[in-house]
Amino acid sequence: MYKHLLKLRYGYQPSIKFTHVHASTQYTPVKMTVREAINLAMDEELAHDPNVFLLGEEVGQYQGAYKVSKGLFQKYGGDRVIDTPITEAGFTGIAVGAALYGLKPIVEFMTWNFAMQAIDHIINSAAKSRYMSAGDQQASIVFRGINGATAYVAAQHSQCFASWYSNVPGLVVLAPFDCDDAKSLLKAAVRNPNPVVFLENEILYSETFELSAEARDPNYLAPIGKAKIMRQGDHVTIIAFSKMVQYSLRAAEQLFREGINCEVINLRSLRPLDRETILESVKKTGRVVCVEEGWPQSGISAEITALIMEGGAFKYLDAPVQRVTGAEIPTPYAFNLEAMAFPKTEQIVDAVLNVLKGAR
Amino acid sequence: MISIEEMDNLLYMSQRQGKISFYMTSFGETATTVGTTAALQSQDFIFPQYREQGSFMWRGFTIEQIVNQCIGNHLDGGKGRQMPVHYGSKDLNIVTVSSPLTTQVPQASGAGYGFRVNGENKIAATWFGEGAASEGDFHSAMNFAQTLKCQTLFLCRNNHYAISTPTDDQFRGDTIAGKAPAYGMRTLKIDGNDLLAVYNGVKYAREQIIKNKEPFFIEFITYRIGDHSTSDHSVLYRSQEEIDSWKSGNNPINRLGLFLKKQGLRQFNDEHDNQIRKDVRNRVIAALKNGSEQQQPSIQDMFTDVYDEVLPHLSEQYTQLRDHLTKYKDQYPINKFKGGL
Repeated sequence: MYKHLLKLRYGYQPSIKFTHVHASTQYTPVKMTVREAINLAMDEELAHDPNVFLLGEEVGQYQGAYKVSKGLFQKYGGDRVIDTPITEAGFTGIAVGAALYGLKPIVEFMTWNFAMQAIDHIINSAAKSRYMSAGDQQASIVFRGINGATAYVAAQHSQCFASWYSNVPGLVVLAPFDCDDAKSLLKAAVRNPNPVVFLENEILYSETFELSAEARDPNYLAPIGKAKIMRQGDHVTIIAFSKMVQYSLRAAEQLFREGINCEVINLRSLRPLDRETILESVKKTGRVVCVEEGWPQSGISAEITALIMEGGAFKYLDAPVQRVTGAEIPTPYAFNLEAMAFPKTEQIVDAVLNVLKGAR
Repeated sequence: MISIEEMDNLLYMSQRQGKISFYMTSFGETATTVGTTAALQSQDFIFPQYREQGSFMWRGFTIEQIVNQCIGNHLDGGKGRQMPVHYGSKDLNIVTVSSPLTTQVPQASGAGYGFRVNGENKIAATWFGEGAASEGDFHSAMNFAQTLKCQTLFLCRNNHYAISTPTDDQFRGDTIAGKAPAYGMRTLKIDGNDLLAVYNGVKYAREQIIKNKEPFFIEFITYRIGDHSTSDHSVLYRSQEEIDSWKSGNNPINRLGLFLKKQGLRQFNDEHDNQIRKDVRNRVIAALKNGSEQQQPSIQDMFTDVYDEVLPHLSEQYTQLRDHLTKYKDQYPINKFKGGL
């Protein structure tokens, strides 16, 4: 299925399989996992700027709680890759302080769920600093970690924080999907002078994607605030981010076989949202399905619905916007209950069929 | 302590075999939890961290309850809501295990405050590791417990490692007990692998708390013989020699056995102990077998307990889910769900 997508995007099919190779300027297909792409981004940024450093629990000698920072401690030493004691509030505050001084920290949270113990620093110490200081103080800092559902880790490890952080002025909020996104968005985030919330996904860490020639270039930074059209179509627009992009692409493939062409938008940037891409697509198709893992109330889909109303696309709609979201409950643990708590590909397919009927 | 060791062994292996998704053992630390809970009274509240199966089992939490919770079947008292080892029991006065570290510690200060204000013969005993003591919540909890005179007992298991982080990277002061006097709090530091020392120390601390109506701090020095959890492989960051030296040299079970023997107080022999181990093993195996044959929790219960009553938007979502399952019923094992649709 992925080869089909590659054909759509790049117009060629890779004929040779390669194992993970570090970025080079040769144009041979390179596949890696999202975990490796994030590792590569951090490696390149640590090498590029001596002010960049990584801190968090277990990031150094343990190679990372999810092995994302593998090899970095050995390569850059304990002054650039710092194992912190267990105190999110503490090390986040310390990192923001370092950033206000002029260093460029990358703060790794074991999960965004634990970052709630540090959220005051993210919002009140980092996000609002530039404004409150009339431009005197800036915090060029990246906060990253796993977000959303992971599997078998229940309520306190599965919440999606996209909606909370994308609400805050002063923050940049990014949610990568594949290796291209993960690598080039993280690099862009590190070099951006604003505080960035970078929402990764644990299940995607182990997924393999090809790293495009563009993303392999160590100087390439993805544009912040630009979504990516993963698949073109003119019947229905499906808008998603992170893991839900994968489910949306699967739904689109299924629907394609029934003659329905879906346009799948990978948001990538939740703040700022790419209004232009969203509205252009809505004006083209007239029908929208928004997909997110998080809870419906005040979610990303709610914001997209509002912006369609306000952005001049309202009169192009042939049906109300449909949302496919997580169930509005703290995530349960039991295998059957957890499976029911998050969107499934079939539900996205059903939502598209509904929106084509003009049904609610 | 022997029963817990056997159970931990089997449940750890059952995770490796894919029967449960996650587990945390307490090898090497059982004297702390068992000794402490024996010295407390049944009306005392316990606020655990996650490695205190000793506290649970001393108070009567059964192997079957533990196994069903880990499997997440319909018999789980927690309705399949929580990850393995996140159990609790209102009947046994043990607050449910919660993942974010150290949040239970200020909660214990609060409960201890309530007990004092209401003049109750109760204390709030809370567990945490030496790593969790780095969290900001530890400071607030300690400071307020002493300032507000809470009937709270702080119990720190210093087991030398917080996942892979050794104590040298966690703090540089004189262990966690070194911090407590700075809050004005009475403090004991106890050899956590000496069951009798643990028991006597906690008994004394409890008496003092009730008598003086102020908190008490105890640090137990012990060692985490096993991995942090089934997601850890501790030989990656410590030597097998180090682990073995504690296992053979300073193990709470061996020490108690030897002490009783030397004092001539040993009622039972090795054969008897081995029989206990065998019985526990069989019981755990039976519980795993029965537990995995049970149905999964009911779908109806998925939307309850969000609030005290089921609000309309939740009933709507339940209906949508039921419709989805009905439409795609051959893709879901609905017969495995208690109560079907």
